Amino acid sequence: MSPRATRRLLLVAGLVAALGVSPVSPIHVYTQREVYGTVGSSVTLSCSFWSSEWISEDISITWHFQAEGSRDSISIFHFAKGQPYIDDVGTFKERMEWAGNPRRRDGSIVIHGLEPSDNGTFTCDVKNPPDIVGKSSQVTLYVLEKVPPRYGVVLGSVIGGALLLVAALVALAYGSRYCWRRRQAALQRRLSAMEKGKLQRSGKDGSKRSRQVSAERGGGHGGLSPLSPRPPGSPGAAGEAPLSPQAPVLYAMLDHGRSAKKAKGGAGDSRKDRK
Amino acid sequence: MGFGSLGGSAVRGSWWDAWLCSAVVLRASTLGCGTRSRAVSVPQQWLVNGEHAADLWQNCTTGSPFQCLASSSNEWLQSVQAMMILSVIFSVLSLFLFFCQLFTLTKGGRFYITGVFQILAGLCVMSGAAIFTVRHTDWHQASENTSYGFAYILAWLALPLALASGIVYVILRKRE
Repeated sequence: MSPRATRRLLLVAGLVAALGVSPVSPIHVYTQREVYGTVGSSVTLSCSFWSSEWISEDISITWHFQAEGSRDSISIFHFAKGQPYIDDVGTFKERMEWAGNPRRRDGSIVIHGLEPSDNGTFTCDVKNPPDIVGKSSQVTLYVLEKVPPRYGVVLGSVIGGALLLVAALVALAYGSRYCWRRRQAALQRRLSAMEKGKLQRSGKDGSKRSRQVSAERGGGHGGLSPLSPRPPGSPGAAGEAPLSPQAPVLYAMLDHGRSAKKAKGGAGDSRKDRK
Repeated sequence: MGFGSLGGSAVRGSWWDAWLCSAVVLRASTLGCGTRSRAVSVPQQWLVNGEHAADLWQNCTTGSPFQCLASSSNEWLQSVQAMMILSVIFSVLSLFLFFCQLFTLTKGGRFYITGVFQILAGLCVMSGAAIFTVRHTDWHQASENTSYGFAYILAWLALPLALASGIVYVILRKRE
């Protein structure tokens, strides 16, 4: 043989020898650490594994259960030769269900109707000949009377709700007061604009009417107007026909407002003097 | 008469301030007692049972191994804690708002918001203490010599003080 061919053959032989002599890696089994369930509900105990060997027909999956406070570990599930064997005489009689698929590297079981006596440690053990060396994995099952809410949920919600309620009420109060003030200011502005317009128009009509109007207005300011709100049909209102239905009402309001303020102001002054 | 009235109103003003300060200090101390028990020398518990002392946030044993464990996460205990915290927040807010209103209120105006928050704080303390009284057996097994502690009494004392100061704020009128 040529030297190159010999070298190639030696390389291939060495590789084959290396493969044959190398140790098989152990099987790895994975489960959750802790599982929580409430009384009466169902819980899935999942167990997955990884094996370097091909999944053969001889694969076996076993589940053991060690009750809380007990030192014995009883076998509750066994899968061998493609057949699951479920506990039918022990504590998990008619409560367990096989939910795994060895081809998909899944060896999970489901327990229905949890009881408080199910508290304990479940061990999942998988053997895939020739890959049998490996550590099994454990799951701790906690069965609770009812799931307690996380600490701080009630605390935070009570504080947050109360603060939001108070903030909303304060905002509502201030908002309504602000709107009311703005409406008052707008009304005042309209009133003063209307007064100005009236004065101008009556000034155009004649000085006599303007004096009459100013006398009325003066009476209105004093709060003791002898002239009650002008009737709409009066001569002075000729140029204000569109406004006349409103004018008497506004006059009344103006009079009432001014007189009321004058009365309150008088009383307040007297109180201040007494102080 | 003007000078006398001014003096009278000044005295009244300082009396209101003293009242306010005392109310705030007392409430702060109540809530400090109720919330955290740090120094063992000052009795700061809600429930006392021999050498075990339990308050809102932890149970402590003053015996030979001095240790403190966190209280349970019962919903009623959490609501009592929430009420205490809320009352602290409201009273601090009322103090802050008092100073705000002192400078922004018109002459003759009333300190409504301050009084409302103070009254709210008092109501929160009352509801927290009431819930504690009714439901404390849920998280703390009561034995024969379990008695109410100093902080519990302070919490009930804070209620009339807070209500009184709130009413005083509502009646009070701002002078120049």
